[in-house]
Amino acid sequence: MTEISRRLLLASSTAVLAAPALVEQANAQSTFDWRRFRGERIEVSLTSNPRSQILIQNQREFQELTGITVGSEAIPEQQSRQRFAIEFTSGRPSFDIIGVSLHVSKLQIGRAKWCADLRPMIADASLTAPDFDFPDFGRGIVDYATQADGRMDTLPEFSDYFILYYNKELLAAKNVAVPKTFDEMIEGARRLNDPQRQIYGHVGRGLRNANVVLWTQFLLGTPQKDTLNAQRQLITDTPDAVAAGRIYQTLMRDLSPPGVVGFNWNECQTTFMQGRAAMWIDGVGFAAPLEDPTRSRVAGKVGYAVVPAGPGGHHACMFGTGLGIAEASRKKGPAWLYLQWAMNKTNQLRFLTSGAGAPARTSPFRNEEAISSSRFARDYFTTLVDSAAISRPGLPEILPVTEFRDTIGTALTNTIGGADVATELKRATDAFRPVLEASERAS
Amino acid sequence: MSVTTAPVAAAVPGTRRRNYARRYWWFIAPCGVVVLATILFPWSFTLYMSVHEWKLGGGRTFVGLANYERLFTDERFQLSILRTLYYTALAVVFPMVLGILAALAFNQKFPLRGLARTIFILPMMATPVAVALVWTMMFHPQLGVLNWLLTSVGLPPSLWVYDASTVIPTLVLVEVWHWTPLVMLIILGGLASLPQDPYEAAKIDGATPWQAFRHITLPLLTPFIIVALIIRTIDSLKAFDTIYVITQGGPGTSSETINIFLYLNAFAYYNMGYASAVVVVFFLIIVALAMLLLWARQRFKDAI
Repeated sequence: MTEISRRLLLASSTAVLAAPALVEQANAQSTFDWRRFRGERIEVSLTSNPRSQILIQNQREFQELTGITVGSEAIPEQQSRQRFAIEFTSGRPSFDIIGVSLHVSKLQIGRAKWCADLRPMIADASLTAPDFDFPDFGRGIVDYATQADGRMDTLPEFSDYFILYYNKELLAAKNVAVPKTFDEMIEGARRLNDPQRQIYGHVGRGLRNANVVLWTQFLLGTPQKDTLNAQRQLITDTPDAVAAGRIYQTLMRDLSPPGVVGFNWNECQTTFMQGRAAMWIDGVGFAAPLEDPTRSRVAGKVGYAVVPAGPGGHHACMFGTGLGIAEASRKKGPAWLYLQWAMNKTNQLRFLTSGAGAPARTSPFRNEEAISSSRFARDYFTTLVDSAAISRPGLPEILPVTEFRDTIGTALTNTIGGADVATELKRATDAFRPVLEASERAS
Repeated sequence: MSVTTAPVAAAVPGTRRRNYARRYWWFIAPCGVVVLATILFPWSFTLYMSVHEWKLGGGRTFVGLANYERLFTDERFQLSILRTLYYTALAVVFPMVLGILAALAFNQKFPLRGLARTIFILPMMATPVAVALVWTMMFHPQLGVLNWLLTSVGLPPSLWVYDASTVIPTLVLVEVWHWTPLVMLIILGGLASLPQDPYEAAKIDGATPWQAFRHITLPLLTPFIIVALIIRTIDSLKAFDTIYVITQGGPGTSSETINIFLYLNAFAYYNMGYASAVVVVFFLIIVALAMLLLWARQRFKDAI
């Protein structure tokens, strides 16, 4: 007869105590099945960008893994916003999954409750793969994707930070150091500006609406930082707002190419990749075209740096995208499987190493092997990590954000033409304030 | 007998008429349903929306005529009307003049005339959005081919659509390139249908070519010119795709026509009620202009 030792007794007791948890985990693992919804079909509506391209190119992996058929489309972002708003309002959207720009549409989809809360799905072990590893998503972007009431109606896909692109060759030729402050940036751009040779110290967004984020980038460098105060009132005509406007005006009016007033990111990209501009502040997603020697004259000469600091702070504008599941969808289960696959570690690493931008997960940034073998210089990756550390939303979280961008953007455009910054911002603020107040009252 | 037969004889045709009338209604029913679904319902619904404060994704509140009152104080809307009229005036006059000249030229007999006509009408066949994208690249102030051409012949470069003062004339340039062939085709059709007798009589009387054009061709062509004018006016008033693709209403709001203003309010700001009020006012403007042109046409017909 086996003698019951104290060690055996302890081991047995521990096993008995741990059993429910282990059994639960084992059950959960055994109940999760990627092929649970095989034979189903889901519709995915994405916006046109390199990340959507990666997902569409690789969706066969998902179809083979799950047996679910995917119908995907990628449409330009502005059209997508209009389309999903109309389709959601109709109550019968044609898609199960929608790609959303958090900096524009988060509040809209949150208030209308157009997308399903993902938290119950994440918590459901029978629906969520054991290796999903939700804690791997960056805290900042998860908070950004979470509504004020705690609902998480999109799974974060990508964070976009404003970074400084600079032409190493042009800076070296005039012995200009990479700027650490906006004052240094203006000074450097002034030295590099040579309109006779059609070389300009700076290029940036001047087109109404698109230009506002460049101004908010400068505003983040002031003590005020944001466009709304704690009471959610508009503060876009304050001394700090005007100071940011003056930086914008100086760089755009004096040190950028003629016609910059109509430039969006694509014109800026073209100008920079033709070697016509020394510095450019914009989102992180332009490394791939800039480093493509078949399209770019500056391939191999591009430097990447964190945006310069202002007199009152150092932050990088942050924007983000996520994928949500339509509340009206009857295929939430298959759609959730798609979201897990789309944002798995493999796809997120693909985003990073292809230069498509900063993934929402943190693990790709720790993948030394992938980063070392990437075609992008190490300073690109370090810039992404450093920018994430100082990131702050680049647009206010308000419902009429497009109207805000149009109204303030028109004022900024006028300043490029020589109008007084303070007067223009005051006029735009007075015009937009009632719109914001009406929107806040309605919510 | 006559007392009994007379009412029967009178009743039969009457009954037949009623039956036919009922049957006729069925013939127009499909057309009626289409008109109801595609014209009357959208119009009624637009009028209904225009008296509501209605945000897409939010609720709706009845506001009466508040949206219309707001139009009278909205400087951006008023400027968009002026820009629309400015754009329309240029986009009508230039294609009309150039189209008439081109039609007169292509009406002459010369070698390879058919090929030249085909080449001339090619722009009209291109998709407006594709055309706009190509022109956008050509307008780039530093890298566009147009400034390269200007500087190659010693002229100063232009900022084209990248400057508030030149944006509308530049957009009209695209419109002229695209739609002058349409005017040319309409006028060419008119020229082909003109009788030859008046010209022979004028020649016998010793009229110069200019006198023949001024006193014969132009009056006879006027109905065709007015048709082209009506088409061009309506097309220019509702121009949207080219402007939106090239400038999105910018720089600032300097090329924001009513259509762009309306589109932004409806689909970027989601102010469906206010946008509907803009639609109603815009519709009234178009109707007024179309009636003015039709009245002019009728008046001209009466005069001759």
